[in-house]
Amino acid sequence: MQHVEMIDLEKSYDNQKNVLNGINLAIEEGEFFVLVGPSGSGKSTLLRMIAGLEDITGGILKINDKVVNHLRPKDRNLSMVFQNYALYPHLTVEQNILFGLHAKKVEKKEQQKRLIETAEMMGLTELLKRKPKQLSGGQRQRVALARSVVSHAPLCLMDEPLSNLDAKLRAHMRIEIRRLQKKLGLTMIYVTHDQVEAMTMGDRIMVLNDGKIQQVGDPITLYNEPANLFVASFIGSPKINLGTAVIRDHHLIIEDSIHIPITTSDIGNIIQKDDLTIGIRAEHIFHGEEDKKTHELEVINVEHLGNETLLTFEIGKELWTAKWLGQWRARVGDKVPVKISVEHMSFFDSKTTELIKPASNTAKEQEVVAI
Amino acid sequence: MSDLLIEAEKDYTGEFLKAKKVQRTKSFLKGVLFLLPSIILFSVFLFYPLFKTIYLSFFLTDSSGATTVFVGMNNFKAIFTSPLFLKSLEVTFLFVLYTVPGTVIVSLFLAVLANEKLRGIGIFRTIFSSTMGISVAAASVFWMFLFHPTIGWLNQILELFGVEAIGWLTDPDWALISVSLSTIWMNVGFTFLILLGGLQSIDSYLYESADIDGASYFYKLRRITIPMLSPTLFFVITVSFINAFQTFGQVDMLTRGGPQNETNVIVYSIYQEAFMNYQHGAASAQAIILFVIILLLTLVQFKLGERKVHYQ
Ligand SMILES: Nc1ncnc2c1ncn2[C@@H]1O[C@H](COP(=O)(O)OP(=O)(O)OP(=O)(O)O)[C@@H](O)[C@H]1O
Ligand SMILES: [Mg+2]
Repeated sequence: MQHVEMIDLEKSYDNQKNVLNGINLAIEEGEFFVLVGPSGSGKSTLLRMIAGLEDITGGILKINDKVVNHLRPKDRNLSMVFQNYALYPHLTVEQNILFGLHAKKVEKKEQQKRLIETAEMMGLTELLKRKPKQLSGGQRQRVALARSVVSHAPLCLMDEPLSNLDAKLRAHMRIEIRRLQKKLGLTMIYVTHDQVEAMTMGDRIMVLNDGKIQQVGDPITLYNEPANLFVASFIGSPKINLGTAVIRDHHLIIEDSIHIPITTSDIGNIIQKDDLTIGIRAEHIFHGEEDKKTHELEVINVEHLGNETLLTFEIGKELWTAKWLGQWRARVGDKVPVKISVEHMSFFDSKTTELIKPASNTAKEQEVVAI
Repeated sequence: MSDLLIEAEKDYTGEFLKAKKVQRTKSFLKGVLFLLPSIILFSVFLFYPLFKTIYLSFFLTDSSGATTVFVGMNNFKAIFTSPLFLKSLEVTFLFVLYTVPGTVIVSLFLAVLANEKLRGIGIFRTIFSSTMGISVAAASVFWMFLFHPTIGWLNQILELFGVEAIGWLTDPDWALISVSLSTIWMNVGFTFLILLGGLQSIDSYLYESADIDGASYFYKLRRITIPMLSPTLFFVITVSFINAFQTFGQVDMLTRGGPQNETNVIVYSIYQEAFMNYQHGAASAQAIILFVIILLLTLVQFKLGERKVHYQ
């Protein structure tokens, strides 16, 4: 069943330029749906429209197959976790959690039952009598989560709930939220600007830029077949390597500096010969063993990540990064042999930025394993 | 060898202490330097008069205010047996009782209204806070017209409804209420502005979160607005309280303490005692008593408030 559906949704503040345009989207029940995009792309706005905190300028919003454009927030049967948690500073953790149930005049016994249940789930039992300012960031976050869980609303909206936490706690909370969502069977709409969070948590991801949907799909699809240059460079860390390219005399010429011979089987249906941009992921620039190397590139920076090494090369005016497994003792200025092949390259139209042809060889070496 | 070391250490600690002492004296002197202007101002305009008043309260004085006979506590004894002073004490407490809750409730109501996001709300905010810019004298004249027995609007409105005219400022039953009414009106501007500021600093996320939780308007008012506003409310109540005890201008303008001393609040009584009866000693004693009352009540308020007020 489709839980939330948007048809041509639009939003403008004070009759100015639209901050959201033509949003068409259906979110399934029980799905973990992630909204990702750079700052100012309209993520919070979209979320607040779903919650009913912002008016909808145009289009139709349906929840449970009913049009809800006109409904007030409390009639939409959802819960929301705000970016800054929005805890009531003058109330204790317990009062904070029970605020909504109290407002809806839920029976006292039921309130206590849910409180105990939720506090246990979130590990807040010890903290119920404290005020928010006596809690750490992670604990506040859990109170905010508890407040939305305790309402038993089937739809949960979260606006960058982890942005204030340190890296370790964030990684931990990612798993907690994900587990909770599965356990309770919630439909989750989760806003983040962090693509790692999006990739690791989402069943499906929607990439938003400048108020327009760039692509909707599952994380692997977004990574392997980005619909345009924006998605390609937004998803993935380190960033995908891009370079302008032309095809001449059965050669692909990238940034006027790399020449790669190609055959028709390599480029398939590409008829366009000019204004191409190619993208290749860092893990697809391999170390070239003696007989297999295609190019020699000068290292201009080395980053050791422990089990991986990032090497940066200068290609024309672009900087490319290669990610090699293991620890490589390369030094700046060294010439290292690499293997770059067309089968790992995605082709984009430089003018429209749209994808022409995804990398033909991702599945083989990347090993997307179905378990 | 080890002895030497210990000795050296001892020496050092001594020097450290000395250096610290010098630093402390320096920063103390600097602090005093910064405080000097206000110390001087306070001394001249506050501490000196205070001590002079205490001093005067033990004496009888001539008409120019010079001390004549030392009478010890007699001034105080006389005051507390004087029915006039007891009356003014009673009037003052009644006046505070009428004006403080009145001012705070009315301004809170207006502030909550003016805090709504509506078109043209700025106009209302300006109107509601405008009494702040009107002097007590001007406001009193304005209210005098309203209270006028025959041509005053209030009586004309009453007449419209067929109600008998009221001697607002001349009827002993009404005079204090009338003065309180005009005082509330004068104080509302300031109180309103402070409360509105307090309301606007409440995070809108809290209300949005409550909206999603399904809280009603009054539930939000009771559980979010009032508690979050409590520090501001506390401030406003304390200030109104002290102001009410010190009211003078409107009493002087509207009723001159009459009719039958029904509006003879303490400050007005002090004024009369000192500048009409030339009893500076007795007036000083009254002033001291007023000071003590305000001090004690404010302390009580702070004690009570501490528990109820929620600071961020
Ligand atoms: N109340 C408002 N009035 C006018 N413009 C607004 C308002 N709120 C947001 N905007 C504009 O709408 C656009 C989208 O804002 P939004 O808050 O949805 O961005 P976001 O994607 O959530 O960004 P971030 O990651 O920084 O939170 C921005 O250009 C912003 O300037
Ligand atoms: Mg946002």
